[in-house]
Amino acid sequence: MREFRYERAADPAAAVALLAAAPGGAFLAGGTNLVDLMKLGVATPDLLVDVRRLTSTEVDDLPDGGLRIGAAVPNADLAADRRVRERYPVLAQALLAGASGQLRNRATTGGNLLQRTRCGYFTDVTTPCNKRTPGSGCGALEGVHRNHAVLGQTLDGPGTCVATHPSDMAVALLALDAVVLVLGPGGERRVPLAELHRLPGEDPSRDTSLRHGELITAVDLPPLDLASRYRKARDRASYAFALVSVAAALRVEDGVVADVRLALGGVAHRPWRATAAEQALRGRPTTEEAFTAAADAELAAATPLRDNEFKVPLARNLVVRTLLDLVEASR
Amino acid sequence: MDSEITLRVDGAAHELTVDVRTTLLDALRERLRITSPKKGCDHGQCGACTVLLDGRRVNSCLVLAVTVGESEVTTSDGLAVDGEPHALHRSFVDRDAFQCGYCTPGQICSAAGMIAEARAGWPSAVTADVTEAPNLTDAEIRERMSGNLCRCAAYAHIVPAVAAVAEAEGVRR
Repeated sequence: MREFRYERAADPAAAVALLAAAPGGAFLAGGTNLVDLMKLGVATPDLLVDVRRLTSTEVDDLPDGGLRIGAAVPNADLAADRRVRERYPVLAQALLAGASGQLRNRATTGGNLLQRTRCGYFTDVTTPCNKRTPGSGCGALEGVHRNHAVLGQTLDGPGTCVATHPSDMAVALLALDAVVLVLGPGGERRVPLAELHRLPGEDPSRDTSLRHGELITAVDLPPLDLASRYRKARDRASYAFALVSVAAALRVEDGVVADVRLALGGVAHRPWRATAAEQALRGRPTTEEAFTAAADAELAAATPLRDNEFKVPLARNLVVRTLLDLVEASR
Repeated sequence: MDSEITLRVDGAAHELTVDVRTTLLDALRERLRITSPKKGCDHGQCGACTVLLDGRRVNSCLVLAVTVGESEVTTSDGLAVDGEPHALHRSFVDRDAFQCGYCTPGQICSAAGMIAEARAGWPSAVTADVTEAPNLTDAEIRERMSGNLCRCAAYAHIVPAVAAVAEAEGVRR
């Protein structure tokens, strides 16, 4: 592991100031991903600013009926929160579908959003990877890419990247229209989750729209009056990243879709909001045919790789099954 | 960069100077010679290094020692009370829940943390209704213990060993 300085700060503003002055530094929260990447030589910060005790570990009620989740709330505590389990089951289920009991105890809400891809080329410093070493190429494009992206990849040029975002929690938060509260050198700003994570575009080294020195302090959840559910397909029954996952919320009125939220995990460089499918679903009957047509509308844009074509029908079937489950549950 | 820290482990406080790159696992094993937490993968995947930090199970290989602060570290050794084995220790022995034994201290710490989580009413990925209080069925135990690998594949005995203690603790009906 590369040498680094370790600093604590008195408050979030001081932590931001410390990091803003250190271009090679990083915030440390739970460390479950960052410490691992440092061992692998993938992350080589020269300064760690410990923020784990600086932001809130509480989940607070908001006046509009929503919730504010402190950035330091561990994944385990968020999944166990009574309000999350009753009002946002999709979020509790997504959290519980991720990682292991040990990791969920340590990993934080802010850190979960900022975890890096588990692409095997990104985590192996002996191989080319445009995300880790811009301009070095993409080992996955023609290599082992069974679990890589099928939507929104950059398939040629110096930005080539077919990595996926690994978080389950972020997929649920995207479907819930969550908003991330960010503190930076210039003050506070609110970033809708849909604008937090990026597609690789020309620069896959940047996972998010955050600027250096910006610290996630909390995540706001708007109130939800839809039934919701998370479903994840993976190679093992437990403790594996998603091949494809679906976060869905649905309200049925008079046999038709009155409102719907749909997001996919494991298919793209960022959690994927299925807006085309949502549009195709509103006002439609709650039938398998209508759900299949909507999923197909979303997946028409898919550009699967040599070995991950299976993700397209898998995503379609997961969307259909999850929506049918929600219809059944709302009867 | 070095840092002076105090680690509270199994009821005793230890003062030591560590390079800030030192993980809690390496501080325990290499500096304090507390060797019940084991180094398997060193990447948070196998669970052999599991300890309790303020009563919650964590992978000690992913925790930098310098971040532990005042928190109380409990290893499998520390679960023993007055030299008497913990109920989980006894249950693992009674049910032959290991072969080589390398993963066992991590399994035991993880099970202790997991039973406390169930007692607090936490659901899991296999809990059908996340609003309900959990019942530690075999499927629940397998899911909740999935962060601990056993390469001897003693799972068929580990699950009953954990189940017996869960039943005694009232979280398995």
